[in-house]
Amino acid sequence: MARGIKDKVAILGMGCARFGERWDKDADSLMVEAFDEAIGDAGIDVSEIDAAWLGVGFDGQNIGPSGIPASMALRLPNIGVTKVENYCASGTESFRGAVYAVASGAADIALAMGVEKLKDTGYGGLPVRSRGTRWDMMGVTGSAPGNFAQLAAAYRSKHGVNEGDLKRAMAHVSVKSHANGAKNPKAHLRKELDIDTVMNAPMIAEPLGLFDCCGVSDGAACAIVTTPEIAKAMGKDTLITIKALQLAASNGWEMQGSGWDGSYFHTTRVAAKRAYEEAGVSDPASDISLTEVHDCFSITELVTMEDLFISKEGEAWKDVLNGDFDADGRTPCQIDGGLKCFGHPIGASGLRMIYENYLQLLGRAGERQRKDPPSLCLSHNLGGMPFQNISAIAIVGLADA
Amino acid sequence: MTGDVGILSVGAYLPRRRLQRSAIHQANSWFVPGLRGLAKGEKAIANWDEDAVTMAVEAGRNCLGTEDRQIATVSLASTTLPFVDRLNAGIVKEALNLSDDVSAIDTTGSLRSATSILLQALNGSQTQLCLSADTRKARPGSEGEMMQGDAGAAVLVGRGEGIAKFLGGHSVTIDFVDHFRQTGQDFDYAWESRWIRDEGQVPILSTAINEGLTKFGVGGADIDHVLIAAPMRAVPKPILKACDFQPENLSSLLYEDVGYAGVAHPILMLARVLETAKAGEKILLVGFGQGADVLLFEATGKNTENAAGFQTALANKEADENYNRYLFHRDLLDLDKGMRAEHDEKQPGTTLARDRKGVLGLIGGKCSKTGTVQFPKTDISVAQNIRAMDTQEDYPLSDKPASIVTYTADRLTFSMDPPVYYGMVDFEGGGRMIAEFTDIQAEDVEVGRDMRMVFRIKAKDDKRHFTKYFWKAVPVRNNENRGNA
Repeated sequence: MARGIKDKVAILGMGCARFGERWDKDADSLMVEAFDEAIGDAGIDVSEIDAAWLGVGFDGQNIGPSGIPASMALRLPNIGVTKVENYCASGTESFRGAVYAVASGAADIALAMGVEKLKDTGYGGLPVRSRGTRWDMMGVTGSAPGNFAQLAAAYRSKHGVNEGDLKRAMAHVSVKSHANGAKNPKAHLRKELDIDTVMNAPMIAEPLGLFDCCGVSDGAACAIVTTPEIAKAMGKDTLITIKALQLAASNGWEMQGSGWDGSYFHTTRVAAKRAYEEAGVSDPASDISLTEVHDCFSITELVTMEDLFISKEGEAWKDVLNGDFDADGRTPCQIDGGLKCFGHPIGASGLRMIYENYLQLLGRAGERQRKDPPSLCLSHNLGGMPFQNISAIAIVGLADA
Repeated sequence: MTGDVGILSVGAYLPRRRLQRSAIHQANSWFVPGLRGLAKGEKAIANWDEDAVTMAVEAGRNCLGTEDRQIATVSLASTTLPFVDRLNAGIVKEALNLSDDVSAIDTTGSLRSATSILLQALNGSQTQLCLSADTRKARPGSEGEMMQGDAGAAVLVGRGEGIAKFLGGHSVTIDFVDHFRQTGQDFDYAWESRWIRDEGQVPILSTAINEGLTKFGVGGADIDHVLIAAPMRAVPKPILKACDFQPENLSSLLYEDVGYAGVAHPILMLARVLETAKAGEKILLVGFGQGADVLLFEATGKNTENAAGFQTALANKEADENYNRYLFHRDLLDLDKGMRAEHDEKQPGTTLARDRKGVLGLIGGKCSKTGTVQFPKTDISVAQNIRAMDTQEDYPLSDKPASIVTYTADRLTFSMDPPVYYGMVDFEGGGRMIAEFTDIQAEDVEVGRDMRMVFRIKAKDDKRHFTKYFWKAVPVRNNENRGNA
């Protein structure tokens, strides 16, 4: 394996727009809102940014093609702006571009921006779109909840978990995220829910009810990264560095080969192993202080805790019910509310996760600040569907951790 | 006349849902109380994803079974062909994975087009798969709505030992306009039914049958099974007398359990009778429509092999009282489909041509190096531990038994029949795919459940008017054949 980029890149500043139904804001304004916070946090001038990456998931309902919209909205100084798209992992993908640019020495300071304006589509949930001409002839135009819901039946069947137990564990995931989201002023959904409300909600795609599904939001988030040396020279005393950044893409084995049983994310396991190796993490269950995982649906979060090796295979549902991932549990998951409640503006989500981990590491998370000071935080950003996806993992931590 | 060309096998297809006529009457009785007399029994109704092409494919698969037949011609008879200009029988040919060097013919224009092409085939010398299917639309509240059902039926004609010998045929053609439907119109326009019966069907059929019997040298009393495909139940009675048939030999019109299935009806009746006909029994088949076709057969008794024929199709049913859904599925009720239905279903001609075998024939690939089966075919095999390129050979998956790996019931994505069930299925012998499930209910889905593949409508492009077909999975029920691994 490659030597990796551990501690070669530091976060200079981050920003995140308030997520939600931002009827009065377009994508440009959302980018400006996130960028304004980040550049203030970084303490630099726009002219100091050498390169930028822009992550967006949906083109048609959004800003249109190319990196130009970010360059125009932020009035960047004619630097290279690269638009990236990797399904719902587009946010982490833009971060990857900026971080790699700094790690390579090609840029001293780089910007990663993620944005999505979903609430201009006219309906709830994600927009329907083509997945390529071949898929349109031979695939199923299912919804996102329909694609992810299939994890549940396969998981139950594989691990012998009864329907009621799994449904309750899934409900616990959402109740926990709502409790966390209620404490987050930038979150889309800020109402606490009880477990019965979640269990009895209208069915969207069996067995996922309404509250098993994350919010569909407008929003933007960004990061400004540089080298630890430059950050120090600029007077930053507590440095947050990138410990690992890994991405794994399905090659068709899950969908076309044989052996995958539908109950887990093959790519997440691959990316997690690589990320732990890059970061030098030998026991993730105890070494990782906080997790932000791609909880597009409750069942996704549940199985992901196993794929990240934080729960044992077949036992995440028990760990969830045991409160292990609650804000005061052993390894909190979505202490900011997650996709579920912070919201899911596709291109921004990966950066929003890193934003929360960054705040928590610096002790700047306000009312939701984790009591035990965290040192290593993981974010997991997934794009696609269980049988065909992109899994992106970023581990950030204190420079000396 | 009695050459060695006869019927080698027959097949039948009935859509699973059976609409209760009482439900139709309950909805419409305020408007047409007079249809109460017809409001008995049930009728087979095509699901939203079925049409004459898909039902013909299923009838054809049922007819061909697992035997490898060299077919020279495939014909499709229907008055509800989805395409006016695109060979419908050509779509069927692809779905049945018939060789490219086959001729294909659509026949239409009359309710007797199936008996007419059957007669042509029997008078020829080649192996011909004669398919027929109809999904006729009737106005809500009409007599046709009560009477008509949807079905597909198939006859394989050729030389060699078959299930029935062909003893002769006779046709008459008279432009008697009892009903009509001009090109591009949805509905029939019919004249008074008493006039149709007394001045049309009874005299035309009686004359044609008697002429035929004279030509064949047999008397009406010698016929063991009289199959008169007439839409109206009152028609056969006077004909029995006029042609000296024994009343008890009149074959069921299938009104109570199927409904009048248009072009497919005479062939469906034939498929039913040939399932049980004993050696030596004589079967007279009569089709009506601007004249008549009269065909005489003699059963050979070698007809027990096709266990999954008409009776299996008849038993595979779900009683349906949802009249609104029936109307919606026929575009007779304009429900608000929501924005998700606005998804553009445009089909590029280029991609369909390139993936013709995969899309229409469900042909995957088998790696000649590793034996790995996959769908769809790709340049580089999906096998993970070996890099095999350009090694994939055609591997048909449509008849392979399948089972559910993952599933859901999706209420968010647009469907004509929500919730839409779909998931991953594994094929016995290798290969897997994400498939939509159809003709399915909540109790039918579980990991490991046996499924089989069927040819269905995937989507319709309402902007350019193009029907997209693909394969879906249905649960294996009762004594249905699971497939051929």
